[in-house]
Amino acid sequence: MGDRLEPYRVLLASRMRAQMQYRASFVTDILGTVGVGVAEFAEVWVIFHNVDVLGGLDFTAALLVFALSNIAFSLADLFVGHLDTLPTYIRAGQVDAFYVRPLPLLAQLVTSDLSLRRIGRLSVALLALTVALATADIAWTPAVVALLVLTVVSGTAIFSALFTAAGGLQFFLVDGAEFTNSFTYGGAYSAQQSQQVFPGPLRIFWTFVVPTAFVAYLPAVSILELPGDRLAPLWLAWCTPLAAVLSWTVAGLCWRAGTRHYQGAGG
Amino acid sequence: MAARVCRLTNLMCTFWILVRAGFRRHSTYRLALLAGMVTNSVFGVIRASVVLAALASAGKSIAGYDPATAVAFVWWGQALLGTVNLWGFQEVNARVRTGDIAVDFLRPVDPQLAYLAGDLGRAGINLVARGLPTLATGALFFDLAWPPGVLSWASGFVSLLLAVVVAFAGSFVVNLLAFWLVEVRGIRMLYMIVGGLLSGLYLPVPWFPDWLRTVAQWSPFPSMLQNPVDILAGRVAGGDITGTVAVQLFWAVALLGLGQLVLSAGRRRLEVQGG
Repeated sequence: MGDRLEPYRVLLASRMRAQMQYRASFVTDILGTVGVGVAEFAEVWVIFHNVDVLGGLDFTAALLVFALSNIAFSLADLFVGHLDTLPTYIRAGQVDAFYVRPLPLLAQLVTSDLSLRRIGRLSVALLALTVALATADIAWTPAVVALLVLTVVSGTAIFSALFTAAGGLQFFLVDGAEFTNSFTYGGAYSAQQSQQVFPGPLRIFWTFVVPTAFVAYLPAVSILELPGDRLAPLWLAWCTPLAAVLSWTVAGLCWRAGTRHYQGAGG
Repeated sequence: MAARVCRLTNLMCTFWILVRAGFRRHSTYRLALLAGMVTNSVFGVIRASVVLAALASAGKSIAGYDPATAVAFVWWGQALLGTVNLWGFQEVNARVRTGDIAVDFLRPVDPQLAYLAGDLGRAGINLVARGLPTLATGALFFDLAWPPGVLSWASGFVSLLLAVVVAFAGSFVVNLLAFWLVEVRGIRMLYMIVGGLLSGLYLPVPWFPDWLRTVAQWSPFPSMLQNPVDILAGRVAGGDITGTVAVQLFWAVALLGLGQLVLSAGRRRLEVQGG
């Protein structure tokens, strides 16, 4: 087992070293992603400058939703976000090079990069989580801690699955690469909202089709013991791992369909 | 063909040909235009839901936006996002880095003018093929406020044209910093983040707290999106339009002028290796 993972470890270590070679560029990149995190937060903050409650959440609760969704998204972005560059590889015919190597395609692509700069946005989200957990009125029990950990792990898995599903679809779309942004980045944007702002059909979509409601809103409602509603009963938060497993099933199928559809660049 | 179109001066004729070339160049990728429209619409639906919930929670209009104006603000913003090059471009920056910019200097047209023409063409196809369908999607699902009269439509269009020019001119200056810095990715990213927030793409600038609104109002960013969208959503109407457009005109002239200064300074500095 260790022998089989060794190539990946070597690959990842070299990617990380490479990124830190240009120190100034690395630092500006990190500052850049901190900026992205701050701008995302500013949106929440500007709204609460005008209102006290949004979609049944006060500022602290909204901060918790913001933090959970951003932690999951930046972790997924860190691990597999570079699958986004797949259309460029496909167009340039570089995917063929991956095929001839004796490692699985997805594993190679995932380990082809580890975008360390994304820890900038992650740190903004972690700060938000700390503030939210410290100021919110939470009845701390082992169950709450377990749910938090489960949420971060499953949320990261859900966003990673969305990126992977998008990657699989890229083999069909090529020029229409931006289609998948609607559920990867669009999903991330919907995940950081109180789901109560959405009309019914849209809530069903973000819960049962693209399950981003599980990433932050449903767990936050459960942790803060807010009155849930028909589409957000408190127990639903515990189904987050199930949503992650189902997302990965779909992602796996998309990836399989994509790689089988691919005919090569003819090089 | 070109000879027939060109009854005006030589320069304007060249400019017009370049605009059309930009239009055609970007109309090649039809699937990309459709994909952009779908993504803009998804974000539009989410953002419109959020602002409607905020207005419902406030129980009154916020800073002059009632539900219909706020939703129009969101959808015009999403529709014009592809038209106005808010995220900037990297073509010029790449050409400076590789030295290809030297070729642009050899051409008989000013590089800034040539790239501006191409960008106006890009804006044109994006407005027709990506913006208007996005707006139609918004109008299908939400109750949008429309410009109150012909004056608002016409001045909204002029304002949009100026917004495209301001966004181009700003990004052009950022690209040219590559003469000195070589790698401008960090600066481009900062520009995108600050621009996205202060241009009013996420939320209307009048919703900002006082200090942030002041920062925005002294920056060129609202001229890139907030101003045309305000006119087209009908929040700014009548005599107020003149001031809104005048501010944009100021930034267009100022940033184009700055671009010329930076361009000539960079030109003096440029050394291209190789034969």
